[in-house]
Amino acid sequence: MAIDKENIPTNHAEYDFIDEDVSVFKTPKGLNEDIVREISRIKNEPEWMLEYRLKSLKCFLEKPMPSWGVDLSQMNFDEYVYYNRPSDNLTDKWEEVPETIKETFNKLGIPEAEQHFLAGASAQYESEVVYHNMLEEVKEKGVIFLDIDSGLREYPEIFKKYFDTVIPYYDNKFSALNGAVWSGGSFIYVPKGVTLEKPLQSYFRINSERMAQFERTLIIVDEGSDIHYVEGCTAPSYSKDSLHAGVVEIVVLEGAKCRYTTIQNWSKNIYNLVTQRAKVFKNGSMEWVDGNIGSLVTMKYPTCLLAGEGAKGTCITIAVADECQILDSGSKMIHLAKNTSSQIISKSISRRGGKVNYRGLVRHNKNATNSKSKVECDTLILDELSTSDTVPTNMMLNNDSLIEHEATVSKVSEDQLFYLMSRGLTKQQATEMIVMGFIEPFSRELPMEYAVELNQLIRLDMGEESIG
Amino acid sequence: MSTLVIKDLHVEVGEKEILKGIDLTIQTGEVHAIMGPNGNGKSTLLSAIMGHPKYRVTQGSIELDGQDVLAMSVDERSRAGLFLGMQYPQEIPGITNSDFLKAAMNARLEKPISLFQFIRALDKNIAELDMDENLAHRYLNEGFSGGEKKRNEILQMKLLQPRFALLDEIDSGLDVDALRVVSEAINSMRNDHFGCVMVSHYERLFELVPPTHVHVLIKGQVVMSGGYELIEKIDQEGYEWIKELGYELESQEERKPIILENCGRKDNSYHG
Repeated sequence: MAIDKENIPTNHAEYDFIDEDVSVFKTPKGLNEDIVREISRIKNEPEWMLEYRLKSLKCFLEKPMPSWGVDLSQMNFDEYVYYNRPSDNLTDKWEEVPETIKETFNKLGIPEAEQHFLAGASAQYESEVVYHNMLEEVKEKGVIFLDIDSGLREYPEIFKKYFDTVIPYYDNKFSALNGAVWSGGSFIYVPKGVTLEKPLQSYFRINSERMAQFERTLIIVDEGSDIHYVEGCTAPSYSKDSLHAGVVEIVVLEGAKCRYTTIQNWSKNIYNLVTQRAKVFKNGSMEWVDGNIGSLVTMKYPTCLLAGEGAKGTCITIAVADECQILDSGSKMIHLAKNTSSQIISKSISRRGGKVNYRGLVRHNKNATNSKSKVECDTLILDELSTSDTVPTNMMLNNDSLIEHEATVSKVSEDQLFYLMSRGLTKQQATEMIVMGFIEPFSRELPMEYAVELNQLIRLDMGEESIG
Repeated sequence: MSTLVIKDLHVEVGEKEILKGIDLTIQTGEVHAIMGPNGNGKSTLLSAIMGHPKYRVTQGSIELDGQDVLAMSVDERSRAGLFLGMQYPQEIPGITNSDFLKAAMNARLEKPISLFQFIRALDKNIAELDMDENLAHRYLNEGFSGGEKKRNEILQMKLLQPRFALLDEIDSGLDVDALRVVSEAINSMRNDHFGCVMVSHYERLFELVPPTHVHVLIKGQVVMSGGYELIEKIDQEGYEWIKELGYELESQEERKPIILENCGRKDNSYHG
C-alpha cells in the first residue's frame, strides 16, 4: 500500500485550532529548582508542598529514563515550559471566562454538553482550571469537586491524608516530574454513602507550543459511595514536541465504587506518559475505561491495587495507533488480599504503519488466595505496514488463585469484507463496521455522548482508502 | 424487466480452473435451479457473479441490462441489484443485526430510511420469516444457529429487494418448517421484477419453489438445461446417467473449492 502524505486527512480537524496566547504568566523553558520554587510561590502553597516538590525534583533528576517500553531518547527536558497560567482567577460563571478561551471550549461543545449531561465540569486550559461549575445536586450531596489547587487550599486535611499515598513521587521518573511541577487537575472527595447518578466531567487541553502539562488528579471515594468521573482530552496539533505527564490517584474506600473514563486524543506530536493508579479497599470496586487514540507516544497502564478483601478491579482499554504513533498501553492488577478479582479487556488496532502494544501485569501476591483474574487482549491489524506486540506478565505467588489469559491477533478478513460489501456497503464502510464491532466492548461502556464522539473520531480516522 | 447475461465465463481459484465456459441468461420473473454433484462449480458460479476476490474471472463476460458487471466492485454489484444468499454467512461481532440491516438499506437509498419506516419493515419481515425478535438486536450472525443464519440471509434479501438473488444452498441447515417459511418468502418475492438462481442438492426446495429453468453443472460446464423434469430424474436416478451421456463427473475428493469460505475462517483463527 502506498502512502501519499498529501492525502492523509487530518483526523480531528475541527479540534485543531490554535488560539492566541493569553497567558498572564509563563515560566521560561527548562527545569531547575528556581522554577519549582516559583511555581509553588505563585500558587501560594504551604511549606510542605514546596518541600514535596523539591524532593520530587531531586528524584526526577536522579532517576534514569525507563529502560523498557518505548524508546524515549528523543525527549529533551530542557525544551519544555513547565508552568503556564492562562488567566488570573478561577471563575464560577461562564460569562466571566475570557473570550478566546471560551471560543475554544465552544468548539469543543462544552456548554451544550453541560446542559444535557454534565453534573459538574472542571475544564483545564493549559495549566490552570479556568472554568468550574457544579450543579446544585452535587453540592447538596456534599461532594467536593474542585480544581486541585483549590482542593489543597480549602481541604488541606483530606488532601494531605491521601495525596501521594497511591502513587508516591518516587514511583517512576514521570511521577517524580509530576510531583515537582504538577499544576491543575481535579480534586474530588465523595463523602460516605453518596451515589451520583450522572458522571462528573472534565476537559483537558494543551494549548501552547512545547508547553508541558502535568495535571494531577486526586479522587477519594469514601465508604459505600459510587461515582463515575469522565476526563476528555483534545489538543490542537503543533510541530514541536510536547509532553504530558499526568498523575491520577484514586482511593476507593470500603464498599465504594469508582469508574474513571478517559479518551485521550492528544495531537500526534505529544509524549503522553501518564501514571494512573487506584487503591481499592475491602469490597470496593474500581473500573478504568481507557481509550487511547492520539499522541505520538503513549505509555499508560491504569492500575488497581486490590488492597482489601473482596476488592475488585476492572480495566477496559482500547488503543488505535495510526502512522508514526506508538501506543504502549495496558493495565496492571496487583492482588494484595484474598477473594479479590480483576478483569482486563484490551482491544488494540494498528493501521498505516502504527504500532500498538498491549503491556500488562497481573500479580497475585502470597496473601491473595482465592482470587481470580481474567485477561483478554485482542488486536486487529489493518494493513501490512502496521505492527503489534502483546507483552503480558502474569505472576502467581500462591497456590490457590486463578489467572486466565486469552489473546488473539487478527486481520480484517476478506470473507467478512466480502459479506458486508455484497450488501452494498463500500469497502470503507465495511472496514469501519468491522472496526466498530471490534471495539464495541469498549464503546458500550461509554456515556452516550462519548460513544458518539469516539465513533466519529475513528470514522474520520478510517477516512480515505484505509486498507489496501 | 431486467436480464442477467453470462457468456463463456471461465473462473479460477488459485491455479485451478473451476468454471470452463458458462453461458446462462436469466430474466426477471424466472427462477433457475442449478444442480450437479459437489465440487463441479455451482457455488463458484454464484460467488464469481457477486465478485468474491478468491474467484478470478479469466475469460468471458457478465452483463446486467447491458452493464458490465465484471467492471464493478462487490458493493456496486449489490447496489446494481445483485444479491448473494451465502452458504456460510459471516459473523461480525459487535455490530447488531439491525444496525447492519439499516446500513445495507441506506447504502442504496438517496435519503436514509427513517427509523420508524425501518423498524416497521424489519418487524414485518421478521414476523413473516417466523424469526426470533431478539435476532435483530444480536450481533450479526454471531452465535446464530445454521437455520437462523439462513433465515437472516432471506431477511436481508427481502429488505434489500434485489433484482436478481443468487441463493447458495439456502436450504441447508433448515428443518422442514423453516424450509417451508423460507420457501414462502422466496415465492412471495417472485414477480416480473425479480429473478432468482438457486443452488441446492435437494429436490424438496425445488418442490416448494418450482424453478422455471433447470441446469446441470458438471466439471465447470452446463451440460444440460431443461425444465422441472430434470429435477425429477436426478432425484430418482442421481447423476450416474449423465456419465452415460459421455460426461465425466468431478470426483468427490476434489470438492475443496466449495468449502473455501470455511477454510478461510479457520486460517484466520489459527494463523491470523
